[in-house]
Amino acid sequence: MNLPALAAAILFWLLAWAVNEWLVRQRFASHAANNAARFAVPLIFGVTVLVLWEGIVRGFGIPSVLLPAPSMIWQRLVHSLPTLGADFQQTFLKSVLTGYALGCGLGFLVAILIDRSPFLQKGLLPLGNFVSALPVIGVAPIMVMWFGFDWQSKVAVVVIMTFFPMLVNTVSGLAAASHMERDLMRTYAASWWQTLTRLRLPAAWPFIFNALKINSTLALIGAIVAEFFGTPIVGMGFRISTEVGRMNVDMVWAEIAVAAVAGSAFYGLVALAERAVTFWHPSIRSGRG
Amino acid sequence: MHKQSLLRDKLLPICTVVAFLIAVWYVAAVFLNAPFERDTAARAGTEIAFSDLVRNTMAQERPVLPAPHQVVAEIWDTTANKAITSKRSLVYHAWITLSATLLGFGIGAALGILLAVGIVHNRAMDRSLMPWVIASQTIPILAIAPMIIVVLNAIGIAGLLPKALISTYLSFFPVVVGMVKGLRSPEAIQLDLMHTYNASQAQTFWKLRWPSSMPYLFTSLKVAVAISLVGAIVGELPTGAVAGLGARLLAGSYYGQTVQIWAALFMAAALAAVLVMIVGAAHTAVLKRMGAKP
Repeated sequence: MNLPALAAAILFWLLAWAVNEWLVRQRFASHAANNAARFAVPLIFGVTVLVLWEGIVRGFGIPSVLLPAPSMIWQRLVHSLPTLGADFQQTFLKSVLTGYALGCGLGFLVAILIDRSPFLQKGLLPLGNFVSALPVIGVAPIMVMWFGFDWQSKVAVVVIMTFFPMLVNTVSGLAAASHMERDLMRTYAASWWQTLTRLRLPAAWPFIFNALKINSTLALIGAIVAEFFGTPIVGMGFRISTEVGRMNVDMVWAEIAVAAVAGSAFYGLVALAERAVTFWHPSIRSGRG
Repeated sequence: MHKQSLLRDKLLPICTVVAFLIAVWYVAAVFLNAPFERDTAARAGTEIAFSDLVRNTMAQERPVLPAPHQVVAEIWDTTANKAITSKRSLVYHAWITLSATLLGFGIGAALGILLAVGIVHNRAMDRSLMPWVIASQTIPILAIAPMIIVVLNAIGIAGLLPKALISTYLSFFPVVVGMVKGLRSPEAIQLDLMHTYNASQAQTFWKLRWPSSMPYLFTSLKVAVAISLVGAIVGELPTGAVAGLGARLLAGSYYGQTVQIWAALFMAAALAAVLVMIVGAAHTAVLKRMGAKP
C-alpha cells in the first residue's frame, strides 16, 4: 500500500469535484468566460479520472499486468512511436479510409439510383434497416478468406459495415423535403435532376451526415476486429491481440489510446464538415448562440 | 390517397429483393467455386461439362462461397440433428452467446438508466460526464475486448462474466444518451404544471419524466441489444475458440470450414433479429398500456 499517493489522488478528486460544482453554478459576465467554463468542466473531470486512476494503481500497488498507470502508458506510447505509426498507417490510412470512402460512396449512389423506383425502395429499406441491426462484423473471417490477409480484406469488411447505414439514411433524407417545397419545384418546371440537386439533396444533408458520423466509428471497429481474424504482422488489431497474448498490457493501452484519438479526430472532422455544410439547420444555428 | 396494402407495399417488394439476392448468390457461388472444379478436372486430365460444373460447385466440401441450400442444410443438421448439449450443436453455441448478451444487456441497461437519472438531476454531473459519454462513442471500444477477457482470465474470472462485461460496456452508452434525451423530453409547460400541483421531484420523475421517456428508452434499447450481441461475439474471439458463435466463426476460419462460418453467421443474424423484435414488441405493449394511439 502506498497511502500518500492514494490520499493525494482522493484529495484531488474531492477538490476537482468541488470546483466543478462551483463552476456550473456561476454566471460569468462575459461570454468568453462562460464558454471557457463550459470547456473547463469536462476537462477537469477527465484529468480527475486520470489522476484517480494513477493514484489507485500506485496506492494499491496493482500489478501492471492488470492495469498499468496512465504515466506508464504514456511512457510506452512515446517510446514506441514508430511501431504505433506503422500500425496506424496500415489500419487507419489504408483499411479504414479506403473502406469508409467506398462504403459511404456506394451507399449514397445506390440510394440515388433507387430513388426513382418506389418498389425497390420498399424492398430495400426494411432489409437495410434489418441488416444494420445484425452483427455484420461476423463476415470478417469470410472476407479474410476471399481477399487475403492484407488490408484489402479489411476494406471489404468496412465497406459492408458502412454501406447499409448510409443507404438507409440517404433514402430517408431524400424523402425529407416537404410536399409544399416539392410542389414549388414543380411549378418552376424543374426537372428531376434539378429538384434533386437544388432541393432534395440539401434537405438530405443532415441525414447523410448522421450516417457519416455513425460510420466513422463503425469503420474503425470493423477494421480492428477484422484484423483479429488474420493479418500481416502490422496493424492495430494485430498489435492488440498479440501484445495481449504476451501480457504487454501497457502496449495494448497505448494502441487503444491511439485508436481513441484517431476515432475522435475522425468523428470531429466529420462533425466540422457537417457544421460547414448544414449551417442552416436549427441544431447548428442554436449552437452559435 | 390509396390505402396501404400489406401485400403490395410490404411483402411483394421485400420478397422480390430477397429472391433477387438469392439468385445472385447462386450465380456467384457457381462463379467463385468454378476455378477449383476446373483445377480438379485439369489435374485428372479431363474436360468438365458445364452441367457437371454447376452441379459440383453446389456441393463442395470447402467452397469459397457455399450455396444457400448448403448453409440451410448445415444449420438444420447442427440444430435439429444434434443433441442440444452436444458441442457440435449450433443451439448450444447460440445459447452460450445469448446468455452473455442478455446478462451484459441487463447490466448495461440498468447502469445506463441510473446514470441518465443522475445526469438529468445533477448539473455538475451533466456538464462533466455528458461530453465524455458522447466522446466515448467515437472510440473503437471493441478493441479493448480481448484485453478485458485475457486480463480477467489472468486473475481467475473466466466464463460468462468477462464477455457480459464487454456487452455491458457497449450497450450502456446508447441507453445513457437516449434516456437523457427522454427524461428531458417533457416540455416546460408540463413541468410547470407539475410545479403548480406542488409535486415533489420524485413525483415529477415518476409521473411525468419516466413515462415520457419510454419511447426514447425502447429506441435505444433496440440499438443496445443489437450491439451487445456484437460485443458477446467479439468477446468470444480471444479466448481461443472454446464455445459460442464467435468461437464457431474463429474455428471455421482456422480450418477453412466456410459452411460452418456461414451457418454461425446466419444463426447470429437470426438471434439479433429475434432480440430486436422482442424489444420492439415490449415497446408496443408498453405504449399501448400507456394509452398511446397506434
